[in-house]
Amino acid sequence: MTVQFKPAETFRDTFTYKKSPEDLLRFPFPFPEDSYMYSVNIEPHVRGGPTAAFQAQFDVDEHYIAECKERARVLAEDPKRCQVLPHMLTAEWDSLEMIMENLAADYPEHFTLSKDGDAWTWVNRPLGIQQSFIFGKAETLPCGPFEYITRQAQGDFTLQDQREDNLFVDGGMVTTQADWSLEFDIGMSFQEWHGPVPLAHEKGVFDRALKYLLRLQYGQPVRRLNWTMTVNPRLDTSPENYPVWGPDKASVTPENVAEKVHLRVELQTLYRLPRSNAILFGIRCYLTSVADIAKVPKWRRRLHRVLRDLHPDIATYKGIPRYQQMVVDYLAPLDDGSATSPGIAPDIEKIEA
Amino acid sequence: MTAAQPFSVRVREIVELAPSLKRFSFEPVHGGVFPTPPAGGHVLLTLRDGARVMKNAYSLVSPPSERARYDIIVRLVAQSRGGSSYLHRRVAPGDVLEMANPVSLFSLISTAKKHLLIGGGIGITPMLSFLPELKARGARFELHQLATLEEVPVFERLLAPYAAGEEIRVHGGGRAAFDLAGLLSRQPLGTHVYVCGPHSLMDAVASTAAALGWPKTKVHKESFGGDVTGLPFRAVLRKSGIEVEVGESQSLLEAIEAAGVDAPCLCRGGACGQCATPLVEGEAEHRDDFLSAEEKAAGTLIMTCVSRARGPRIVIDL
Repeated sequence: MTVQFKPAETFRDTFTYKKSPEDLLRFPFPFPEDSYMYSVNIEPHVRGGPTAAFQAQFDVDEHYIAECKERARVLAEDPKRCQVLPHMLTAEWDSLEMIMENLAADYPEHFTLSKDGDAWTWVNRPLGIQQSFIFGKAETLPCGPFEYITRQAQGDFTLQDQREDNLFVDGGMVTTQADWSLEFDIGMSFQEWHGPVPLAHEKGVFDRALKYLLRLQYGQPVRRLNWTMTVNPRLDTSPENYPVWGPDKASVTPENVAEKVHLRVELQTLYRLPRSNAILFGIRCYLTSVADIAKVPKWRRRLHRVLRDLHPDIATYKGIPRYQQMVVDYLAPLDDGSATSPGIAPDIEKIEA
Repeated sequence: MTAAQPFSVRVREIVELAPSLKRFSFEPVHGGVFPTPPAGGHVLLTLRDGARVMKNAYSLVSPPSERARYDIIVRLVAQSRGGSSYLHRRVAPGDVLEMANPVSLFSLISTAKKHLLIGGGIGITPMLSFLPELKARGARFELHQLATLEEVPVFERLLAPYAAGEEIRVHGGGRAAFDLAGLLSRQPLGTHVYVCGPHSLMDAVASTAAALGWPKTKVHKESFGGDVTGLPFRAVLRKSGIEVEVGESQSLLEAIEAAGVDAPCLCRGGACGQCATPLVEGEAEHRDDFLSAEEKAAGTLIMTCVSRARGPRIVIDL
């Protein structure tokens, strides 16, 4: 089935973003069990998985065009959302190759990449782009290779350089972030940029995760899911724009909680890059309202139980205490107490009207 | 993490570069192209000689832009354990072999102000992978290759495509005539040195650099193909509940695999740490570059890919 893009939907002001029933069922629901605690929940990023969001290396869904437009808007307002340090140029080309080749392989109806030696031509039909360029010659593209390709992909991306047995976030395209700033973090080591996360350091999660990632092998990408909650379907919840979206938290009431509060999931993917040995980190954001979650019996039961029993430090870090109880109160009557199956699959084929 | 599923490759061409050096070109059996080869990467070939299965790692010497074929250069070693001898004597164009996805454990450092490459003998192979990448980046570099007198012209030919306007030298006068301390001491600040070759050369580079005050993080060694042979011994695999005999020309890992046990491994050269296995009884003769001196002295871990037992028997937790 060909996806129907919805180019006019918005992620700010009017918030016309909506999920079709098919889009809801492909949501990568983040909780494989009825409780949540930090863990090194990394697995191979192979095509196929519990929902359709895992069918491609770089997932394209019905919001593709609208998200690319939103990204362009954020960049126009604040160009520093995309920054790459000069020593990462090789990693930029690696990223362009990785994303273009995978998009063309996974979505031949939307993207085509043709090559004649270093002379490449890229066709992006949804965005109406045709670009010929010389691979390795940045001056043949309208902007840097990393910015060029990540303007045409959903979700944020960062580039991690590997040296001195550590990873450094030395580049990124960050416009759909859960309250972190590339401008602030750029150049930081793995431990530095994870500094604010509570509890996980004490559990040794980051030491183990770093060791694992230092050995991440080319051709064997991995993924994990992360989550938080956002008021309104707003992609750009950046520290830079906190005055714009922070007050939204105060707008949640028991009457509007199901429509206003969204479960925000990040499908995080990690790719070792060939020429540079850097790591491309994809942070793909999916937003689903509590009202939509409530349409899937397993998901509403589980979200209720997870939020009800969540460790208060994690709730505080994720910025949700102000409306957490309202969500729990909304979901409680919808949780019949029956057992849920392990894993994140929705366990239904269709959303009942 | 474990190695990716192997795929089939066909031998496209074999070129004799010198009496003991051959270049093998492979192409995908099922058409298409290979993944972009990582700079400094290597592939693992599975070679089946009758019932004997050998897995050998070889640096890819083809440039990242070349994806129709993968090239390796193999030295026929007099005391070969079988892998290089098998490739040299038994493999012909058209043959189909099993290859695992390329792996990179030896990489160029993106922040280096200058790259100093030192190869010894067949240790030229990862340097041949670095050179096109350094050229593409417009990076500043210098290469020194040590060779026997007879092989100087062979290595000069291999380096010729990259030599124009670059500091590339092949030294045939033996290690004594090679002024390593002079070379290291005249490098500008911010230089990273990469060395691949015999252990004695790699150790000399590391110790000379350390003595000159180079930070450890600016010295990079590629180690595989080191000697893994030795006296035979018996290994008890406690979890699997079996015992394996490790022959003198076989590694512990190979003996474990031959017994049908799926053991963790990645580089098969004592570098990556993937095969570290708890040592329950017996003493190890450590030959890896992964464990620290303290860890080796503690004697609680053994790297199955290169290390052996010091004695007739060990018990490992596998």
